[in-house]
Amino acid sequence: MVQAKSAPGFKAGVQDYRLTYYTPDYTPKDTDLLACFRMTPQPGVPPEEAGAAVAAESSTGTWTTVWTDNLTDLDRYKGRCYEVEAVPGEDNQYFCFVAYPLDLFEEGSVTNILTSLVGNVFGFKALRALRLEDLRIPVALLKTFQGPPHGIVVERDKLNKYGRPLLGCTIKPKLGLSAKNYGRAVYECLRGGLDFTKDDENINSQPFMRWRDRFLFVQEAIEKAQAETNEIKGHYLNVTAATCEEMLKRAEFAKEIGTPIIMHDFITGGFTANTTLARWCRDNGVLLHIHRAMHAVIDRQRNHGIHFRVLAKCLRMSGGDHLHSGTVVGKLEGERGITMGFVDLMREDYVEEDRSRGIFFTQDWASMPGTMPVASGGIHVWHMPALVEIFGDDSCLQFGGGTLGHPWGNAPGATANRVALEACVQARNEGRSLAREGNDVIREACRWSPELKAACELWKEIKFEFEAMDTL
Amino acid sequence: MKTLPKEKRYETLSYLPPLTDQQVAKQIEYMLEQGFIPAVEFEEDPSPADHHWTLWKLPLFSANSSQEVLNEVRECRQEYPNSYVRVIGFDNIKQCQTMSFIVYKPGMSRY
Repeated sequence: MVQAKSAPGFKAGVQDYRLTYYTPDYTPKDTDLLACFRMTPQPGVPPEEAGAAVAAESSTGTWTTVWTDNLTDLDRYKGRCYEVEAVPGEDNQYFCFVAYPLDLFEEGSVTNILTSLVGNVFGFKALRALRLEDLRIPVALLKTFQGPPHGIVVERDKLNKYGRPLLGCTIKPKLGLSAKNYGRAVYECLRGGLDFTKDDENINSQPFMRWRDRFLFVQEAIEKAQAETNEIKGHYLNVTAATCEEMLKRAEFAKEIGTPIIMHDFITGGFTANTTLARWCRDNGVLLHIHRAMHAVIDRQRNHGIHFRVLAKCLRMSGGDHLHSGTVVGKLEGERGITMGFVDLMREDYVEEDRSRGIFFTQDWASMPGTMPVASGGIHVWHMPALVEIFGDDSCLQFGGGTLGHPWGNAPGATANRVALEACVQARNEGRSLAREGNDVIREACRWSPELKAACELWKEIKFEFEAMDTL
Repeated sequence: MKTLPKEKRYETLSYLPPLTDQQVAKQIEYMLEQGFIPAVEFEEDPSPADHHWTLWKLPLFSANSSQEVLNEVRECRQEYPNSYVRVIGFDNIKQCQTMSFIVYKPGMSRY
């Protein structure tokens, strides 16, 4: 093992990272933050050298030696590449494991963690491509984060909804409705049996519908539907805005009119804004739904960027009660095991390492509340058995076109989905297999639900055959 | 095409036709298999904001058959014929409520 001892004198020159930052004998400490990168080195660069460079560039290293290095204790602060292994089935790709000492990070700041870990290193010349696959956040650091404002358990208690997935729908068309027309679409969905409706991510405050008008008409719709159905209703009012001050102003107004849940886009809005809003939400008893616009820019390439499981972990720390996580079955296919791997990371308290599900590290969440996964996009009533089977009760299933596209309108469309959902939950609890008998369960319910029957006739022919992008 | 009628609902399983005794028993059996603790709640005029309905006796900590729970539902119904009745389930490992479904609506001929 190479020991990095500060040399007695100062010798200028370009750094040989390998000597200092590649330490295969190092045993990570419980308090280290661990990261797994997928590296593609430039031709001719040995993987250990590339791994050392990743550890250096994402922690204490600079390309050349500086005399002030000698005023610090490098051993206490440097990241260490402690393992490099070839990626099975890939040419010139390596998993590189790096341990970072706890003191490299500010308490409670996702922004700081990401600035360190995925800052300059992603443009580093010795690498052709680099992807951050997973993180292990030590409990000592995790405990400095608030996490989700409420979490799954408290959300269910507030909403009085148990033993089934929640149902939602994004209001469409996404742009152009007036506030009053928008409110009507919300009311019709909610009175039909949905729990939530949702602002589309790009609905902020445009000329055709300013935020305050939307909030008021939507709140009226929520209250009317709630009185009519006797069930608690909500609409994710999007408070994403140009500045944090404006975001908080909209959140304050949402609270004032008594709405139960608001929404934020965590990547475009940024982690600092998101963490601010999550803290506000806990202080003010408002649930927080999180959208993930821009994620595919970062997580889609297999060899470069950041895997969504890392973004999901970061969101759980920054704070959010719901997070979009893909559907597995709909038009936006993700490989099932991988998706369920990060769904577990969002909602469970302790998740074991499992490479087959893309989980590189065992993560103890130390009782941090769970974030509810939201499955949304291209799904309809025939997908319901698979969704209930795959996601289980602690999830929110969102049928946009699958509600609004019903031939009789929003309310019957919502009822069709709610009936399909409850028929599946009932059948599952009675011991029937939704994987094998799912279509029978839906067909049986069609016999007494005309709304479901109409939906099943419209959508049965639709097929989804995109190939999954995300495999290990 | 049909307009959806206005109707009051009572959360999970309330969009299905009224459950028969046998169907209720199966849901309770599922609850017991999961290790949840069943309980019976009732309320005469519940609003969506009523998180707590009045508890019928105590949760059935030692229940090991659906029949025991059904008997309590029947007794509760007889004593409070004008109240809605639901069966709920607690998970003492996760330390929270996990289930709730309606089993009796006043005016219904069966539950």
